[in-house]
Amino acid sequence: MTIASDTDRRRPRIWGAARWLLGKLVGGIFVLWAVATAIFFGIRMIPGDPAEAIMGGPGSQASAEALAQARADYGLDEPLVIQYLTSLWRLATGDLGTSYSLKSPVSEVLGELVPATLVLAVLALLVAWALALGLAVASTRSGKLGMALGSGLEIVSAAVPHFWLASVLIMFFATALGWLPPVSTNSPAGLVLPVATLALPLAGFLGQVMRDTFDEAHRSSFALSARARGESETGVLLRHSLRHAALPGIALSGWAFGSLLSGAVVVESIFARPGLGRSLLSAVTARDIPLVTGVALLSAGAYVLIMALSDLAERLADPRMVAP
Amino acid sequence: MTPSPPVLRVKNLSVSFDATEVVSQVSFTIEPGECLALVGESGSGKSVSARSLIGLAGTGSRVHAETLELAGRDVKDLSQRSWRKLRGKQVGFILQDALTSLDPLRKIGKEIDDALRLHTRLSPGARAAKVIDLLTSVGLDDPVRRAGQLSGELSGGMRQRALIASAIALDPALVIADEPTTALDATIAAQVMELLAGLRATGSGMLLISHDLAAVAKVADSIAVMQGGRIVETGPAEQILGNPQHPYTRALLAAVPAGKPRFTPLSPATQPAEPMVSARPTVSAAAEPVLRARSLSRSFQIPGAAGFHAVQNVDFTLFEGETLGMVGESGSGKTTTARMALGLLEPDSGSVELFGEPWSQVPEAQRRTRRPGLGAIYQDPLSSFDPRMSVGALLADALSLGATRNPRQHRERITELLGLVGLETGLISRNPATLSGGQRQRLAIARALAPQPRVLICDEPVSALDVSIQAQVLDLLDDLQQRLGLSYLFITHDLSVVRHMSDEVLVMRGGQVVESGRTESVFTDPQHSYTRLLLAAAPGIAAGH
Repeated sequence: MTIASDTDRRRPRIWGAARWLLGKLVGGIFVLWAVATAIFFGIRMIPGDPAEAIMGGPGSQASAEALAQARADYGLDEPLVIQYLTSLWRLATGDLGTSYSLKSPVSEVLGELVPATLVLAVLALLVAWALALGLAVASTRSGKLGMALGSGLEIVSAAVPHFWLASVLIMFFATALGWLPPVSTNSPAGLVLPVATLALPLAGFLGQVMRDTFDEAHRSSFALSARARGESETGVLLRHSLRHAALPGIALSGWAFGSLLSGAVVVESIFARPGLGRSLLSAVTARDIPLVTGVALLSAGAYVLIMALSDLAERLADPRMVAP
Repeated sequence: MTPSPPVLRVKNLSVSFDATEVVSQVSFTIEPGECLALVGESGSGKSVSARSLIGLAGTGSRVHAETLELAGRDVKDLSQRSWRKLRGKQVGFILQDALTSLDPLRKIGKEIDDALRLHTRLSPGARAAKVIDLLTSVGLDDPVRRAGQLSGELSGGMRQRALIASAIALDPALVIADEPTTALDATIAAQVMELLAGLRATGSGMLLISHDLAAVAKVADSIAVMQGGRIVETGPAEQILGNPQHPYTRALLAAVPAGKPRFTPLSPATQPAEPMVSARPTVSAAAEPVLRARSLSRSFQIPGAAGFHAVQNVDFTLFEGETLGMVGESGSGKTTTARMALGLLEPDSGSVELFGEPWSQVPEAQRRTRRPGLGAIYQDPLSSFDPRMSVGALLADALSLGATRNPRQHRERITELLGLVGLETGLISRNPATLSGGQRQRLAIARALAPQPRVLICDEPVSALDVSIQAQVLDLLDDLQQRLGLSYLFITHDLSVVRHMSDEVLVMRGGQVVESGRTESVFTDPQHSYTRLLLAAAPGIAAGH
């Protein structure tokens, strides 16, 4: 598919693309630096001694010598500025450090956790899109009552908090009906409830923005022209209305993916599912600075990437925008 | 030799939504090669009638007809599936605004191709070739490139041509065109009308829908006038235009400003103006200039392109109590000039004087205290109103220069203003969105008059209105000018409007004034070839009807 065939004939397209990429790259690096800095100083505001955390927490009754040794080993006796610059330098060279609590390299820990969370988030995004589009189409086609019903359903599901929805789903489908496991394994059945918990609120949100655009496109003059040309309702839907409805959805999907990552913290904890979110929670509790930094940087990096992808997708779907 | 059946035969067509009948007992026949114009105001039921002819009256509609025949075939109780086979093939449908009638996300070649894809078994290659043929036949230059463009990349006239191409792709027996030229400039509209008229030569029948009798006068063979869902008068075009019987037809004809001298009421609703003794100063050397522009220029930067000269060396003088008409097509620099005159846009060079004092060169802080002397009204009043403010709040806001939005504080002046523009006091608490187009423009005028300006800049104030509503608004502006001694800078693309309204006229093209002078001399003896071109394109009804 060629995009914007001759909207930008004056300059070679490759330059536009290079500039776009460079902009995203610089922006991304800035975001990662900001996240690293915020984490570094933020986690030091939590009262308590990081050396204690290294030695296994306040309950470990570590000796003063052992604590001093740990401080020296991890460079915690250096001035804060030196510690900050050292940590930035390490991060810049790709060294995420060693987890205090798990005593293994952070990059390894993340490598094990990422796939599980990625599967969860991507599935949730896909399911949310399918639900939102389905509801938009169904409700628009069933008149005023359908519209009101669809809109109401979307508002309710968009407003439901993850932890509540997860509890209700577990109570209903796991405890009462026994259809699905309450604890998530990597089996397909174990994914259903976590994915549903993440997808339903997002579907409500996406549905709200998509249905308005869909409805508008479906009633528009160009849809009437298409019908007057002999196009069927399905044809109008596929060739015109759905494409218009997808645009705001795509624009929001980058943001939505970010919200899924934060939602994963709750969902992975409730369903006892290994993943980035749950590890982040335990790492924060254990004051595991390297692991928290690693998870946060990875999430931020993923967010930057997804935002760039959704920008790209938006430009591909909307020929009025100049392709990068 | 057997005569071919009429392309359309409609007898006693009625359409209702819920319990309301919007079209009642409408009957007409269109022979091959004939053009029937269906003329009436917005809401008279003409568009709904047209849509019900192709089975697309809309959800919740109930359509009844004694006879509904398309090219001899009874289509009264057709299923949607059978309708789909006829639409696009037997009937081509052209909607008003091609910007919204072509999908902004799709290339225009694709939109035209749809008709071929749905109704023929041609291969994609053959269809692509046919699309290029069609684009050529509707007079688009560089059709191969156009086919790959989006509707947003084409000008209004090109879009309308592309839309026509999609409607005539399969040589339909009947072409229905709903206000096909309303959104276009006069010269472009004339070209599109010519293109539509040419379709009849191939034997297609045409149903042309318009609110403007003048717009259809050149093309229509017969005319049916619609009011309140009924056809009130029908007959050959010459008879309707030359010897109208029904009062509504006469009112529609009277509303056409072409050929009506200054201050002739256009609308029967307008009371004859009170005899004015003092207000209107006869044109004399003593008349004072209130707004004067000296060699105004302004250009805009377009990314990746050379600067675009929107306005170049424009001079004009507006005298007290007079109307200066500024006429030109889209992109001729009219609105840019208006914005510089309003002090909303800095000229690159040149200057504007208001009431004999510098205006464009002084800082905004100095202009602000003098702003009440200069008002403005625009084409689309609704978008110039804060949607959360009621009629009363809008006027209170304007009266207090933004100090309050409480209508109770200015009750008397609000009532006075509403009376001045012919709006009922009962509208004070209404939201402007619930007003009709004519009422909204009256409200915009009332708001502009609130700070008691001496000069009003009117930028296309009647372009979005039906001819009959336009007549009322023009009458109102005339009346206000006589009563309050206002001076107008009147901007429009419509020659007949500018001729009816102006004492002096500027003809603009490509950012420059090509001709200026007293209105009657410019119109009766145009010097510049462009003025003559505009005059030739302007729709009009032969004088003496």
